Amino acid sequence: MTSAISVSGLVKRYGRTVALDGLDLEVGTGEVHGFLGPNGAGKTTTIRILLGLLRADSGTATVLGRDPWRDAVPLHRRLAYVPGDVSLWPNLTGGEIIDLLGRLRGGINPRRRAELLERFDLDPTKKGRTYSKGNRQKVALIAALASDVELLLLDEPTAGLDPLMEVVFQDVIRQIKAEGRTVLLSSHILAQVEKLCDKVSIIRLGKVVQSGSLLELRHLTRTTVEADTARPATGLAGLPGVHNVETTDHRVRFAVDGEHLDGAIRALSEYGIRSLVSQPPTLEEIMLRHYGDELRDNGVTVGAEASR
Amino acid sequence: MTAATAERVSTRPEATNATAGTGTLLRLILRRDRVRIPLWVGGIAFVQIAGASSYPELLPTLNDRLAHASVMTANPAMKAMTGPGHGLDGDPSLGALMATEYLGFMAVFAALMTVLLVVRHTRAEEETGRAELVRASIVGRHAHLTAAVIAAALASVALGLVVAVGHASLGIESIDWPGSLTYGGALAAVGLVFTGVAAVTSQISEYGRAASGMAGALIGLAYGLRAIGDVGDNALIWLSPIGWAQASAPYVDNNWWPLVLSAVVALVVVAVAYALASRRDFGAGLRRPRPGSATGSALLGTPMGLALRLQRSGLIWWAVGLFIAAFAMGATADALDAYSDNELLQRILESIGGATLTESFLAMMIALIAIVCAVFSVLATLRLRREETSGTGELALATAVSRTHWAFTHVLIALLGGTMLLVVSGAGVGLSAAAVTGENSLIAQSLAASLAYAPALWVTAGLAVAVFGVVPRATGLAWALVVYAFLVVYIGGLLQLPQWALDLSPYTHIPTLPVDDFSVLPVVILTLVAAVLVGAGLVGFRRRDLEAT
Repeated sequence: MTSAISVSGLVKRYGRTVALDGLDLEVGTGEVHGFLGPNGAGKTTTIRILLGLLRADSGTATVLGRDPWRDAVPLHRRLAYVPGDVSLWPNLTGGEIIDLLGRLRGGINPRRRAELLERFDLDPTKKGRTYSKGNRQKVALIAALASDVELLLLDEPTAGLDPLMEVVFQDVIRQIKAEGRTVLLSSHILAQVEKLCDKVSIIRLGKVVQSGSLLELRHLTRTTVEADTARPATGLAGLPGVHNVETTDHRVRFAVDGEHLDGAIRALSEYGIRSLVSQPPTLEEIMLRHYGDELRDNGVTVGAEASR
Repeated sequence: MTAATAERVSTRPEATNATAGTGTLLRLILRRDRVRIPLWVGGIAFVQIAGASSYPELLPTLNDRLAHASVMTANPAMKAMTGPGHGLDGDPSLGALMATEYLGFMAVFAALMTVLLVVRHTRAEEETGRAELVRASIVGRHAHLTAAVIAAALASVALGLVVAVGHASLGIESIDWPGSLTYGGALAAVGLVFTGVAAVTSQISEYGRAASGMAGALIGLAYGLRAIGDVGDNALIWLSPIGWAQASAPYVDNNWWPLVLSAVVALVVVAVAYALASRRDFGAGLRRPRPGSATGSALLGTPMGLALRLQRSGLIWWAVGLFIAAFAMGATADALDAYSDNELLQRILESIGGATLTESFLAMMIALIAIVCAVFSVLATLRLRREETSGTGELALATAVSRTHWAFTHVLIALLGGTMLLVVSGAGVGLSAAAVTGENSLIAQSLAASLAYAPALWVTAGLAVAVFGVVPRATGLAWALVVYAFLVVYIGGLLQLPQWALDLSPYTHIPTLPVDDFSVLPVVILTLVAAVLVGAGLVGFRRRDLEAT
């Protein structure tokens, strides 16, 4: 699989603040890649470097096989961008802005434009300054989605959209994925990422701390197991990778690290499994695993530790 | 008891609550502008007081003062630029000379200060959405307007006081306390009137830029009306707040009643602003927004089309405003006959190459208007910075448009648009001057004289491009050259600045047609300098990070 985006060791400083601290990122062609992390982690800075709007202090970035700083213009013909906070020209209408951005990008698909206007329910005759945040977002989204580009860089594209529009957005992204195009989706909406993304990268303090398919990420995090057994399962607590064992008569509940799941279930079967429920970690739990210390600093007790 | 309280609240007149929170907002303004306001007041006061302090050295003897006073009264161009010249007959005092030369000019800056201040804290706050956040708390409908008006009034009064105390402390005999208080009062009065003007224009337009633009045009109109009134010695000065300030004749008659008139007019204008504010919705202008086109025209699909669309209305307004101003200036050629038998003036004219009085007068007016045209070019160039910081630049630059191409479209509008304005104002001066004097050759002459300033305008715009590309946070530097060029034309001769200081202004190098002969060399050099500055700016912009919020 070829790479649509390939970034290694990216560093960007603003004075003393380090925005990116050796960031690595691989996005394969045709994949929808989730880019997760809290505010200020460096997502927008990364995307702006990928657009050639900012120059990295060190490290390399390749987008569609080219250098985004040097080849910004030819690259931009092949990609589209939706910023997280869209500002529009106040005296141009939404329709004018969609056409303008499409043409500046090298052309717009008129059939698709009409379809998207319909689906996103946007009035294109209103002036930029009169749109609400959600509607400004729709203008930028329609302009990006209506052009036939290979790569979409979306920076929190649905912030401000209502749940109905969120459904439309997810449908359109699936359609784009089916056409074999690549999407880098920075988002806070974990449910959206879980539904849409093949792969996920989690960024923290300017570094990617984890990257892989959701399956791989789940493997790295604890699975919760709940079982009814014929005999009380008393000997589980000592097993490697097993945590937070709670036993009440014939019922047991514990968390187990992905790599020790096999051993734990094997041991559990000794007690005669009558029923078994296993819950894979949610993306939220995966995220929290990387940000647990930060949450603790903020006075929040995290996940598994709550039951300790 | 609860019912009684409720009743009392509901029967209260609405207006009592409309200004709730004004005190807090006023403190917010003073906090936000704790550097800006002192800088304006201090900057204007410094130039003013330093200027006044130089008079004893510049004009030490009676003969110096007499010679100077006769130039001011005999030359219509000087009268148009400065003022009516109260107290310049007989034995002109230093105070009278200083007031004639400085008051009108400084009044423009006092007006600019209050206009920018009021718009910044009323319409611009609404436009950005910050006012919405504030108004959702216990803040009345008119609190923003009231706080901004009070802040601007305070700044005006502070300016007046600083200038009055500064002047009186100089220890110059004719610059005494009563005169200094009148002078300070005159500056403050102009500030107050334009506080009201900006309060009104802030209600009219939805955009802060348009509101300050409208008020700025009215400052220009005020200056123009008094110029025409002073040259023709007629009642037009009474239509101008700057004319009222000068009618107070500081250090000569110390008339306070024109200043009282200013204060009354300021109050009336502010009342109009409140009435308009009550009639409109939050965030809206006086005109209802209409739906626009659902599709972009073919022209809009290019970077040049976008830049044109964004700058079109600004350019049109500038052209209309400058044409009217230039036309009115040219029409004063009619009044020049009254000066023609003045011996001194004849000698001056002979000494500068034997041009006619009309020709030299028009040349002087054109030199001034040419610098005003450069204001458009700097504004048009700095539009790039606004696009960049507001985030719309990011939107455009994320498409297949190179930075150089994107920036150059706006630069082109600054250069060509500014040149077009030179043509328009040259035509305005020439057409009306030809109409009133019957000398049709004045049309071509004025056009040529105005257009000759194009290279100087390009240099000024070029500096703005270089600043934008290389040191984008210091866009104020781009304005410094415009203000400096004004100072050189306006009082450069009076201050007896050394030649190198005069040469810093690109406008110094342009031959004053038709008084001087046209020479090619400065034109070529200035054009080259402009090209280098534009090039440096474009290269710098290509190399730096885009600064979006």
